[in-house]
Amino acid sequence: MSRLGAFVHRLGSPRWFFDMTKPWLAGLAIIGIALLIVGTVWGLVFAPEDYQQGNSFRIIYVHVPTAHLAEALYLAMGVAGVVLLVWRMKLADMFIAVTAPVGMAITGVALLTGAIWGKPTWGAWWVWDARTTSVLVLFFLYLGLMVLREAIPGRERAGRAVAVLAIVGTVNVPIIKYSVDWWLTLHQPSSFSLTEQPTMPVEMWLPLLVNVIGFYCSVAAVVLAGLRNEILERESDTVWVRDWLQRAQSGSGS
Amino acid sequence: MIALAQAGRDLRIAFRSRGEAAHPLAFFALAATLFGLGLGSDLETLGLVAVVAIWVIALLSCMLAAESLFRRDFEDGTLEQMLLHGRPVFLAVLGKLAAHWCVSGLPLVLFAPLVGFMLQAPAQALPVLTLSLLIGTPTLTMVGAVAAALTAGLGRGGLLVALIALPLYVPVLVFGAGASVVAASGLSALPQLLWLLAMLAAAVTFAPFAVGFALRLSQEY
Repeated sequence: MSRLGAFVHRLGSPRWFFDMTKPWLAGLAIIGIALLIVGTVWGLVFAPEDYQQGNSFRIIYVHVPTAHLAEALYLAMGVAGVVLLVWRMKLADMFIAVTAPVGMAITGVALLTGAIWGKPTWGAWWVWDARTTSVLVLFFLYLGLMVLREAIPGRERAGRAVAVLAIVGTVNVPIIKYSVDWWLTLHQPSSFSLTEQPTMPVEMWLPLLVNVIGFYCSVAAVVLAGLRNEILERESDTVWVRDWLQRAQSGSGS
Repeated sequence: MIALAQAGRDLRIAFRSRGEAAHPLAFFALAATLFGLGLGSDLETLGLVAVVAIWVIALLSCMLAAESLFRRDFEDGTLEQMLLHGRPVFLAVLGKLAAHWCVSGLPLVLFAPLVGFMLQAPAQALPVLTLSLLIGTPTLTMVGAVAAALTAGLGRGGLLVALIALPLYVPVLVFGAGASVVAASGLSALPQLLWLLAMLAAAVTFAPFAVGFALRLSQEY
């Protein structure tokens, strides 16, 4: 079996994942927080003012990363949904369960910062522009996933039903992505892309890049921490979790 | 074959309980009446919002109708037989959905011009409104069926189905209502109608599989 194949095969074991990710968690959290501090201070204090929007543009250092994450997390849940349905990987279900509330909170932040930015720039807190509306719909899609999981009895059945809904909902993500091009309304085109030349100067763009990576690392740390808790909870009747808990309680837990 | 058999059975059942089959249409007419009543004193505004209002009402009507799509079959065990009979489930589902749309969606399409007329919709928008509903409501039925199948047998439909289905309905509403609004201002609505057709093609292709899978889940305990 190839190395990648072996890795994917091992992902089927929550215990292996739990043991392996311990060092990742601290690493991701430290890198994420450090990058966020650097990027935020850089963006809010040192980056130059925008010649049209003045200082109000600085909210992009929170708005753009969260808006990116809102879409990326949903997409990741769609992929996890396919993995769950095709390979019956327990970890994928746990990932969806943990990611949904995180993604919903991030989407809420993106909407909120968008509204705060919209007031001085567009003159209105909320505008029924195609893109803002799509992100609002994304928020409701996250909500639907959580509501459905709560409504269905039986963890396995609920997990697979939610996976189906996550896959169906993923259809919405490309519509968000391209709605700006389709309708070209109020919202300015995406200001951040890895593949294209940035439309803003480097001094503005670099702190944004730092913050995007910082947000990704921090959210990954949050999801990973949630995932590890979920593993402990769902596997709580296994020997290895009981051993781990005993060691943790006696102070030498790893 | 199995699709036709399933559709025939469902249509027969619908025909024998005609009163129930008229519920979506009655809801459509009633909700439109409430709308007309609310804005009736201002005919100009009513005419402006009429096509969008009709689309939203049709959307809610399709969703409410889809909500109980599998309830009776789930309760009397027919659903289990449908999943067990060994023929492709998605074909049976396709037949079921087609029959369901004929009963709950098609009447709305046929009555839409009349309701549009009552709500003072611009006359040049009525053909496109009807056409967009004709293309759009089957997609609504398909997507609503996915939500209904996911919640089948939970004993709590209504709001749960709404929370799941309504966000998924957004693209259909955007293009459906968009086509009618564009037509009302005298422009060509062809792009929006083609988008609706594309979404219908995608829904017909994928929704029956998702519904079949979700229905299988509903039999697990």
